[in-house]
Amino acid sequence: MTGRRTVIPFGPQHPVLPEPIHLDLVVEDEFVVEAIPSIGYVHRGLESLVDRREYADFVYLAERICGICSFTHSSTFCQGVEGLMDIEIPARANYLRTMWGEYSRLHSHLLWLGLFADSLGFESLFYNAWKIRESILNEFEATTGGRVIQGACKVGGVCRDVSNEFLSGMDKRLDDIETEMQEMTKVFLSDYTLKKRLVGKGILKPDDAYNLGAVGPVARGSGLAMDVRTSGYLAYGDIGVKPVTTSGCDGYARCEVRCKELFQSADLIHKIIVAMPDGDIATTVKGNPDGEYFSRSEQPRGEVVHYLRGNGTKYLAQLRVRTPTLTNLPSLVVMLAGAELADVPQLVLTIDPCIGCMER
Amino acid sequence: MYRLYGEMRAMKMLKTILKQLSNKPVTTTFPAEPARYFDATRGHIVFDPSKCTSCTICVKRCPSQAITVDRVAKLWTIDRFRCVICNQCVELCSFDAVSLGTAYSASVTADERGTETFEITYVRPKKPKKEHGNEE
Repeated sequence: MTGRRTVIPFGPQHPVLPEPIHLDLVVEDEFVVEAIPSIGYVHRGLESLVDRREYADFVYLAERICGICSFTHSSTFCQGVEGLMDIEIPARANYLRTMWGEYSRLHSHLLWLGLFADSLGFESLFYNAWKIRESILNEFEATTGGRVIQGACKVGGVCRDVSNEFLSGMDKRLDDIETEMQEMTKVFLSDYTLKKRLVGKGILKPDDAYNLGAVGPVARGSGLAMDVRTSGYLAYGDIGVKPVTTSGCDGYARCEVRCKELFQSADLIHKIIVAMPDGDIATTVKGNPDGEYFSRSEQPRGEVVHYLRGNGTKYLAQLRVRTPTLTNLPSLVVMLAGAELADVPQLVLTIDPCIGCMER
Repeated sequence: MYRLYGEMRAMKMLKTILKQLSNKPVTTTFPAEPARYFDATRGHIVFDPSKCTSCTICVKRCPSQAITVDRVAKLWTIDRFRCVICNQCVELCSFDAVSLGTAYSASVTADERGTETFEITYVRPKKPKKEHGNEE
């Protein structure tokens, strides 16, 4: 016997949601039949400001698209402008950008793991994840001057250099952070309660993930080896990246990918610090951007695309940003269909939604 | 089985609890205890009125239009709410009138708007008079 269908509104204000998104959950008994998302609560119109701000100043605005992957947004935008103007940035700047990008991934994943533990009611694990994240933020503050909004990228290179002595100190401190992360991820991956609430929940089959255009840990949790870093932008070509994939296709698999990516990022940072070349950190920029460019990067949440169109003036004609959360939203709808109502909050979190980023 | 699992978990927890007891707290009791800053921390913009020549390069290049200069009244104003501490003014100022402080600026009320005005006290040094040599 089936019950009557009811529509339950989920969000925009909900304890597990740090940012507003609304879902209309069509529920039959305790099971979700369909989820209809609606967005548009935090649109700020950042992209339209591109024709009113000089391209060099827009880097600061691009950075404010997202509060977590801020560095990746600024470096992707700068990469785009540099592509339009055929600028080759110094090798040290390239390596520093890669290093800060990987630190961003560490801090984003730790933030997500904390929030995820919190959504499951595991408060102490949440505090533990955020305690480790604090050490990453300290490294950011000591090297760039900012904890969350770094302001370290500029067209033509980076604003701040890090001395080689400090880099070796960072290398040593990262070893301690890794030990702490090892203990923490052990809980995420082996705790009975967590497994009970994640294994087999929110299934996203590889075919669905591919057809719906899933990116980042959502795609990699479904066994798709999709990672823009393998294209070799910035210094990734020199260092080499192998995507972390799991074949579980469920909430646990997506959590596992993020846990393993923490150590992958730490490994990459070790390699970057060892291979850090000496030299300038910025090159002189002359002229104005003209033409079209697609700048792609791997954010902690997946692939981000900045489309830039210049018109030969210091103001860009158009900027269009495609963020990973928007791309992962159709996958979320598929994940939620058939899920139990009580599992919806943590399933929404498994795509690591960043609404501010998505709506800009 | 559940009991065994519970005991195993309690042992694991005990290890963590003992570790936490011996460790110092991660948080600090600000403002009783001063906040920790790094040398590189971009806290707030510090202005030195005795060095500013009112060249207004900081006004022209500020990405958030936080700085205004009144050349007639000799006033340099910064809106702390608008300032994003991007460091551009510090890099561009060739007279070292603007520098970076590591401490974050104090919180202000909405009425104050976080605006701070400084009276420019810079005096242009007089050029030494050229000494005329013998015309012989």
